[in-house]
Amino acid sequence: MIVLKRLALWFGLPAILIAVWWAFTAQGVNFFVPKPDKLANTFVTVWFSEKFFTDVMPSMGRLLISLAVSLVLGVALGIAIGLSRTLRWLLEPLLEFIRAVPSTILIPVLLLLIGINDAMKITVIVLGCLWPILLNTIEGVRSLDEVLKNTALVYRLRGFDRIRYLVLPGASPLIMAGIRHSLAVGLILLVVSEMFASTDGIGYSIINFQNRIAIPEMWSGIFLLGIIGVLLSVVFQAIQKRVLGWYYGLKEASNDG
Amino acid sequence: METQTPILSSVAVSTLPTRGHTARRAAQWTAAGPYVLGVAGILAALIAWELFSAFGPVSQHHLPPPSVVIPTFLNNFTFTQFWLTVGQTMWAWFLGLTLATFGGLAVGLLIGSSSLLRTGTHTTVEFLRPIPAVGLIPLAALLFGPRIGAELLIVVYGCFWIVMIQAMYGITDIDKVADDTVRTLRMTWLQRVRHLVLPTLLPYLMTGIRLAATVALILAISSELIVGTPGIGRAVAQAQLNDNPAAMIALILTSGLLGILVNLIFRFIERKVLFWHSSVRSEVAA
Repeated sequence: MIVLKRLALWFGLPAILIAVWWAFTAQGVNFFVPKPDKLANTFVTVWFSEKFFTDVMPSMGRLLISLAVSLVLGVALGIAIGLSRTLRWLLEPLLEFIRAVPSTILIPVLLLLIGINDAMKITVIVLGCLWPILLNTIEGVRSLDEVLKNTALVYRLRGFDRIRYLVLPGASPLIMAGIRHSLAVGLILLVVSEMFASTDGIGYSIINFQNRIAIPEMWSGIFLLGIIGVLLSVVFQAIQKRVLGWYYGLKEASNDG
Repeated sequence: METQTPILSSVAVSTLPTRGHTARRAAQWTAAGPYVLGVAGILAALIAWELFSAFGPVSQHHLPPPSVVIPTFLNNFTFTQFWLTVGQTMWAWFLGLTLATFGGLAVGLLIGSSSLLRTGTHTTVEFLRPIPAVGLIPLAALLFGPRIGAELLIVVYGCFWIVMIQAMYGITDIDKVADDTVRTLRMTWLQRVRHLVLPTLLPYLMTGIRLAATVALILAISSELIVGTPGIGRAVAQAQLNDNPAAMIALILTSGLLGILVNLIFRFIERKVLFWHSSVRSEVAA
């Protein structure tokens, strides 16, 4: 009974919405909104074809490479800036300004400088995803636990060991928060950069369908973006649970005590 | 563990008085350092850009040096057309943000105040929310063409979820004991809102609106860039078509300035509205 109720709560509203949508489009009068069954059919025929390899895979590849680059750059720079007061003072106003520039507007400039290729898209995405990770890492390094810091001092942890056993774990909760933010930003920038200038990818496909006024195909692309967004957040949460397991355990223990 | 902190710090402190003027100099440096080094950092970046533009691998035409861009940037301020363009972007930003804030607040409060609604809408919200707002650009372009409606659709869709989620969290976070106290004191509905709901909700809501303000600017400019609704984004796209990189980069600098301005204004509002809240009073959460 409880299971049934939960199922009803989970799938009740989506079912109602789809039913309303169906009823609304049953007459077939609205040009802009396709019928749900037609959309589902289109979705399967469009994306489960060679398009999966020629458009979806390149897009995901770009996104993952950019995220990896942002992560490495952001954490490395963040630790360096977070640990050094001089560096922080030197770079803070500059970073604040660059971060404030809406990164999509850089696409035309990078197009001129780099040209239409994967390097341009990866640069755009990195320029957007870097900031949440970088700023969170700086903040995480600065808010390291005083007692742990002094303990590391007493044990004479230096150089690599200090970063490996004190700085990185201490900053990791904030770093993970930064990564979650950059996932959303990265998806946005991926789509915009492909819409603006590209020859393949999900964003390119969607804008191409729009130009050909292929409405159901366009909707199916928007749906695909939604599914990718959900998948990314599910995968990220699983990773976060693993990486930060010790942290949640610690917080629970300290709440109980 | 407990005793190590005082020992270490007392060692550090005891060395200071012997070299008094060094300590004073250090204090002065702590006060002035951020400004001196901050300006130095920006200057160094400008010089690096100038040198890269002159000797770097890309042609100077495509990456004009700051000595060309900054006069263009300042010159812009004398043109009415420039202010019109900025005004168009900011108007779309303002309208979109306002609509999203009121919509998100209303829906967030409604859903947040009932646990049945919260579980019932969970799957739908979790599916709709991650759809990047820019994915709707083609739809907006088809529905509205290059008019402000297209821009508003994208801005409102993107910001609505941010405000809604925060409003929902805020209303869920109301303290159970405080709520019972309110009922025991037989406060009226208005009193309950004034003394219980608003103080809990406002911090969440202000965070949501501040985040949404930044996102709204990004989305407004993105849709101008791709759909071609009037504003800074379209001006950049036009400058690119006219092969005028200096104008392009000057506009990008403008957009960065707008971004900083929006952020500053909302931080200011947040500080004024939440002056009583512990996060503002201790000024820890920067």
